[in-house]
Amino acid sequence: MLNAFVSEAAGETPSLLLPALPDLIWGSLAFLVVFVFLIWKALPRLNAALDARADAIEGGLKRAEEAQAGAQEALEQYNTQLAEARAAAAGIRDQAREDAKTIRAELVEAAHAEAARVLTNAQTQIEAERMSALASLRAEVGALAIDLASGVIGENLNDKRSNDIVDRFIADLEASESAAAKAKA
Amino acid sequence: MFAGTPFELNRVMLIRLLVVAVLILIFWLNTRKMKLVPTRGQAAFEFITGFVRDNIVIGTLGEKDGKRFMPILMTIFFVTIGMNLTGVIPGLQIAGTSVIGLPLIMSAIAYVLFIYAGVRKFGLRYFKNALILPGLNPIMAGFLAVLEFLSTFILRPVTLTLRLLMNMVAGHMLLVLCFVATDFFFFTVLADGNPLGLLGVGTFAFGLAFTVLELFVAALQAYVITILAAIYIQMALAEEH
Repeated sequence: MLNAFVSEAAGETPSLLLPALPDLIWGSLAFLVVFVFLIWKALPRLNAALDARADAIEGGLKRAEEAQAGAQEALEQYNTQLAEARAAAAGIRDQAREDAKTIRAELVEAAHAEAARVLTNAQTQIEAERMSALASLRAEVGALAIDLASGVIGENLNDKRSNDIVDRFIADLEASESAAAKAKA
Repeated sequence: MFAGTPFELNRVMLIRLLVVAVLILIFWLNTRKMKLVPTRGQAAFEFITGFVRDNIVIGTLGEKDGKRFMPILMTIFFVTIGMNLTGVIPGLQIAGTSVIGLPLIMSAIAYVLFIYAGVRKFGLRYFKNALILPGLNPIMAGFLAVLEFLSTFILRPVTLTLRLLMNMVAGHMLLVLCFVATDFFFFTVLADGNPLGLLGVGTFAFGLAFTVLELFVAALQAYVITILAAIYIQMALAEEH
């Protein structure tokens, strides 16, 4: 029974160790077909797929690095621009402060000048009015002195009389003043 | 089929042709649309091919030489494992490698490959490197040269062939023995009313266990023949012995 299995296992050759010609031929053919197919199709495709994957992974890493570098650059650029803008803003603020100071100084000066001018005008006016008051007062005092003198000359000069004259003069003066006030009214 | 001619096809030869067809189908389908992000099937396929490629070939020979010998070593691995597995596939149940032809061919290929690799790299100095150990007196060196010659150029291909062949033949015979015994106990002994026929339960259990073992052996022998071929090439390429 066992012999039958052995001969079956040996492909119906009497010896297990001596190859039969069909065995060698079909064995070689089987090996060659698989070998050729692996070289021709399977391995190139497999290698291409593996290479593509490696490439994708490396490429992805490279792209990520590039993106990071780009972001870094943008950040630096932004920081630079921010610093520039801050400097510009500070410059503008200083300029404005400077301008404000100048404007205030000009305004103050102008105000001072105006005040001085107004003061001068007022003084001039007051002087003019004082002059005119002085002139009219002089004229009036003259007239009063003449009136008084003529009154004094026209009467006897005793104490009682001079007093009377003075009183009368004052009364006349008051009367003429009130008359003038009445005439005005 | 073609009986009496050199192209005579018996059961094992037909099984070999079937294995070739299945291998080509597997490789064709799995490499047809390979994606950058693998599907489950592609990941499994890449795991197996990656194991042969990286662990066996490149692991032994290094990146550069590994790529040179990749196609032939991969073919040895996949032909061997495919042919071995038919030993346990129901309906086929005999390994394509359990007839001496195919193991012999693959051993011959490995033999030619490692001699080719050595001669290609060192010229005729390869044989001197392989046979003569440096730093010995001439008598010892001559004696060792004979031993080296026997081990490298005669025993290597013979062991490579017989290891694979005998593993498959023995496995096949074990399985046949177990299942024929089961058949005999159940349908002859037990059918006659003899309770000794219940021994068939035991032989069937052994048959199942050996089937599982054969699966393992099939993969192991494919690994062994491939890595030995790779190691022989690597030794031929090595600068020193």
